[in-house]
Amino acid sequence: MAGPLPLGDPAPADGLLPASAADGATDRAFGVYVHVPFCRVRCGYCDFNTYTAGELRGVRQADYAGQAIDEIRMSRRVLEASGLPARTADTVFFGGGTPTMLPAGDLVRMLAAVRDEFGLVEGAEVTTEANPDSVDRDDLARLAEGGFTRVSFGMQSAVPHVLAALDRTHDPARVPLVVGWAREAGLDVSLDLIYGTPGESLDDWRRSLEAAISERPDHLSAYALIVEDGTKLARQIRRGELARPDDDLEADMYELADELLGTAGYDWYEVSNWATDAAFRSRHNLGYWRGDDWWGIGPGAHSHVGGVRWWNAKHPAAYAERLAAGISPAVGRETLDGPTRETERVLLLTRIREGIDIASLHAGGRHAVAGLIADGLVDAKAALAGGLTLTRSGRLLADAVVRRLLGDG
Amino acid sequence: MSPRAANAPVPAATDPALIRNFCIIAHIDHGKSTLADRMLGITGVVSDRDMRAQYLDRMDIERERGITIKSQAVRMPWQVGDTSYALNMIDTPGHVDFSYEVSRSLAACEGAILLVDAAQGIEAQTLANLYLALENDLEIIPVLNKIDLPAAEPEKYARELADLIGGSPDDVLRVSGKTGVGVEELLDRVVERIPAPVGRADAPARAMIFDSVYDSYRGVVTYVRMVDGHLNPRERIQMMSTRATHEILEIGVSAPEPTPTRGLGVGEVGYLITGVKDVRQSKVGDTVTTASKPATEALAGYTEPLPMVFSGLYPIDGSDYPELREALDKLKLSDAALVYEPETSVALGFGFRCGFLGLLHLEIVTERLRREFDLDIIATAPSVIYEVTTEDRKTVTVTNPSEFPTGAKIAEVREPMVRAAILAPKDYVGTIMELCQSRRGSLLGMEYLGEDRVEIRYNMPLGEIVFDFFDQLKSKTAGYASLDYEPVGDQAADLVKVDILLQGEQVDAFSAIVHRDKAYAYGVLMTGRLRELIPRQQFEVPIQAAIGARIIARESIRAMRKDVLAKCYGGDITRKRKLLEKQKEGKKRMKMVGRVEVPQEAFIAALSGETEKKDAKK
Repeated sequence: MAGPLPLGDPAPADGLLPASAADGATDRAFGVYVHVPFCRVRCGYCDFNTYTAGELRGVRQADYAGQAIDEIRMSRRVLEASGLPARTADTVFFGGGTPTMLPAGDLVRMLAAVRDEFGLVEGAEVTTEANPDSVDRDDLARLAEGGFTRVSFGMQSAVPHVLAALDRTHDPARVPLVVGWAREAGLDVSLDLIYGTPGESLDDWRRSLEAAISERPDHLSAYALIVEDGTKLARQIRRGELARPDDDLEADMYELADELLGTAGYDWYEVSNWATDAAFRSRHNLGYWRGDDWWGIGPGAHSHVGGVRWWNAKHPAAYAERLAAGISPAVGRETLDGPTRETERVLLLTRIREGIDIASLHAGGRHAVAGLIADGLVDAKAALAGGLTLTRSGRLLADAVVRRLLGDG
Repeated sequence: MSPRAANAPVPAATDPALIRNFCIIAHIDHGKSTLADRMLGITGVVSDRDMRAQYLDRMDIERERGITIKSQAVRMPWQVGDTSYALNMIDTPGHVDFSYEVSRSLAACEGAILLVDAAQGIEAQTLANLYLALENDLEIIPVLNKIDLPAAEPEKYARELADLIGGSPDDVLRVSGKTGVGVEELLDRVVERIPAPVGRADAPARAMIFDSVYDSYRGVVTYVRMVDGHLNPRERIQMMSTRATHEILEIGVSAPEPTPTRGLGVGEVGYLITGVKDVRQSKVGDTVTTASKPATEALAGYTEPLPMVFSGLYPIDGSDYPELREALDKLKLSDAALVYEPETSVALGFGFRCGFLGLLHLEIVTERLRREFDLDIIATAPSVIYEVTTEDRKTVTVTNPSEFPTGAKIAEVREPMVRAAILAPKDYVGTIMELCQSRRGSLLGMEYLGEDRVEIRYNMPLGEIVFDFFDQLKSKTAGYASLDYEPVGDQAADLVKVDILLQGEQVDAFSAIVHRDKAYAYGVLMTGRLRELIPRQQFEVPIQAAIGARIIARESIRAMRKDVLAKCYGGDITRKRKLLEKQKEGKKRMKMVGRVEVPQEAFIAALSGETEKKDAKK
């Protein structure tokens, strides 16, 4: 949830959705995202909607779970009143911020509220993000007991100077500990890595990859560092204090990651995500790329139901006020028309391994496939079987591939 | 009315013996307009209250640059002793590009004030115009201006002028247009020294057009100098070059506002309005006669203006093309020398190939398009006219590198030559010679002008002069050197066309005709610039410079390897989609060369030599 909120139409105070949102709802999975907008410190690269204690304008973290639960209850009423069929949640994802800034008990209470309102499917995926230094053995055990099935640790790097450049405070030695505790508690484990940090060499990156692989997580995400406007990192780069990440080096790093991970038994299933087995792919995140429905709980959270996207008030104080007044925390929305939904479908499905069905593309898109194969961006074998799957170099140029599939280049 | 001209002679009835026709020859900033303004004030034709600085220069650009583009004429009364005279001051363009107009203005006069800045001395263009004036047998009155300046060295430059035109340094008048010192004496000197016009009052009318100006309210205003006979209001006149006839709707003199008169007689200078809308119907140098009793012989010296320098003008925003066409059509009404025809370029889209008298003319036209018509335009590198003969003995006139024959073997290429005269302080002689030599110049001669200034004469290809020569000359001489040139035929030269190719596709706007010895340097320069300016593509893009099929320089833009948003989760989707829409919009401003997407700005920057770095990111 980076950057300022988009410009859209105003959202109605009751949060009700247009009738079109219900079309085909039974064919779409339903997930719940819960945003926890708190961090102990703000990392220099981060423009997520999160706040340190000093930035909260009187909002108390202790009150947060209660407010989120209010929205969870409201969400069920709004969906019902908007004519959507009752759907059991397939996935729940707690992200942030740092969800584990809140006591495990709060996270469990919020999850319980989701279960109370929507129910959870058998084998539902319930994930929380965590910083290696914000959880201990007890927390992880209590989360597992409370119904969490998966934890995603923000490892970012194993190299101290890279962690320092990112303002990450944890000791790399902490990662094996927390992974061990999560395993003990019976949780699936994912590790997040960042590459392209100013000052990070290809060898530094190799060390981080090797360290991550040696923990044998079920799932790994590797993101190229994005220099977002308005962050401390962007200012440092503008002032020449740090070097701007180099596209070519980042491409080398991506290729190295895909190589090492592939050798270690991790297959890519989305541009920045790898898993040991299809069962460990993040079902929640796949929902975003497949155009499924989800409700985003919390300040600045985005939701999508049947071609309607909306977003909540960004600051926790504004969010809390709206809920206290009994009005929807949503402040903006957009109702996508057919061509826009098609654009999103191509843009999102292209990123994942299962890809897009070539026959479903409009004529211009189908016509572009041959050129993409010739340029080595699209896997020829998959294409012959009717699916569009990116090659390694295609993944690095995924946005360009999307533009070509949408018939403009 | 000036107290010094109690009974001003009446137009149409003035004895030629009381008329003095003169012009002022001066370099750009030597104060001609200030002096002219001062004369208008002293003779009383413009009151101080109405005095606008540099009254005679009407166009904004002229006033800003302090140069005169279109000449005008003004009639002033002046009394010497008991006799009142009519002085016609004809303002001449000061720049070499307009030398034909200068020559016609000179032909309308019997004398000229040679005006030189007392702090700078004579300049190359002034010298050129002085030669022209002497050729026309004009009486020269040497004058040093700006004697009020602390840096003025009147003794030194008076000697320089006396050396040039003969006579004693004491004959050189010293004035200040700014303070008015010496201006009355100068007016007296004009009456005393400049011969009165001579003509046959009873002969068929003959008047020479020395200027033709388009006025959006009145149509074309034609400035004439009567030689023989008389022209009257409502009379039908005939243009001797085209035989076209028009009715005179108004005839008069400038004083300096247009003032209708009962006509114009022998030796007088004034204007005609016939209602024509295009200056091409009233050509500078042409002879006006009456339709009822036409003269049999035209006055000598008429030639068609010939463009010397060509450049493609393109709107930066392609949708401005119709506006550009309209603007050129309008400019043409007032600029007989401007020629143009539609042209298309892969790189720049739709535009016009335009012909100009010279570089300044080009600059003035582009500036007027920007300022008066609010158009953003880009001009391709200026080119000259080449005559290319192929081995099958066909000759092609090439004003655009794209017309250079490609199929047949080239037997000969001829290029226009000029005789260039450069005036500079003697310390710069070495530097200037080096520059001229590097531009394929051959030295004709060198002469000291006074103690420390030198006139250096070279034969040079015009193509070398239009390519950045003047800027180089100025920068290598701290601005001291001045340049004048005149066409002197053509020469055969080892010229080749260098093409620039992007991924094997020729980019027309960058093709250039250059001497074989310089082809490599041009190729390296342009391929290097484009490499900096064109963003990376999904594939490697070779950039080559070639003569025919032979590659002489190459660069390459490495393939872009990363173009993907790393994170695309729930909250990123709307933003990502909007970014995609923005990229689509941006794409509309891209030009395709084969498969290569090139931002229009990159072409423009490469043409103008601004090698600002391309954006690393989309």
